[in-house]
Amino acid sequence: MSFPVGHPARSRFCLPLVRYSQEGMATTPNNKATGGSGFVYLPLILGWLVPGAGHFLLRKWGRGALLAVSILGMFTIGIAMQGKLYAGAHDILEMLGLAGDLGNGLLYFVSRAAGWGADQITVTTGDYGTRFIVVAGLLNVIAAVDAHNLRTGRKA
Amino acid sequence: MGSPSHFTAVLLFALFASVVFGITQRETPRRMVRYGLYCFVLFVGSAIVLSWAMYLIAR
Repeated sequence: MSFPVGHPARSRFCLPLVRYSQEGMATTPNNKATGGSGFVYLPLILGWLVPGAGHFLLRKWGRGALLAVSILGMFTIGIAMQGKLYAGAHDILEMLGLAGDLGNGLLYFVSRAAGWGADQITVTTGDYGTRFIVVAGLLNVIAAVDAHNLRTGRKA
Repeated sequence: MGSPSHFTAVLLFALFASVVFGITQRETPRRMVRYGLYCFVLFVGSAIVLSWAMYLIAR
């Protein structure tokens, strides 16, 4: 059923439906949350390179600190458990592991350069440590994308 | 540096992952805390349930 514009029944029946359909959408950009002008991908790149840095750039100090502590903590525990840092991509599993490790950004490259982590898993907890390192990288990617969403105003 | 026990590793994993999930997947601080706690309970709870299930299957 449709009513012409200005008809009293239109506002009574049609508009609530329109309002309801807009309420369910989460795509409206929130311009208040944008972090000023500049390169829009900077929080994403900085957040990937250094855990929490993307949020720090946007002056989200508390969130950035919690993210940094969580990701750095997980990575450090993984290294302490003698987890393996993936270096090559000989098969599909190593390729996925390497992709996860690369999510750690500078942490991965510094650790490789410093020779941290195990080349081969020799202790029982090493396998857990390897997963900790990979998951730390994946969580860092999520955090960096969150910083990007804050920058673009997609998230408050 | 000593390695944590298996259960301590589960707790640490759940804690760190829940903090990141809570911050990134919700918008307000209150909802972040609630979702983080929810994820933590699910992580630890599912680990305990699966551990008992595997223990009972292996008997």
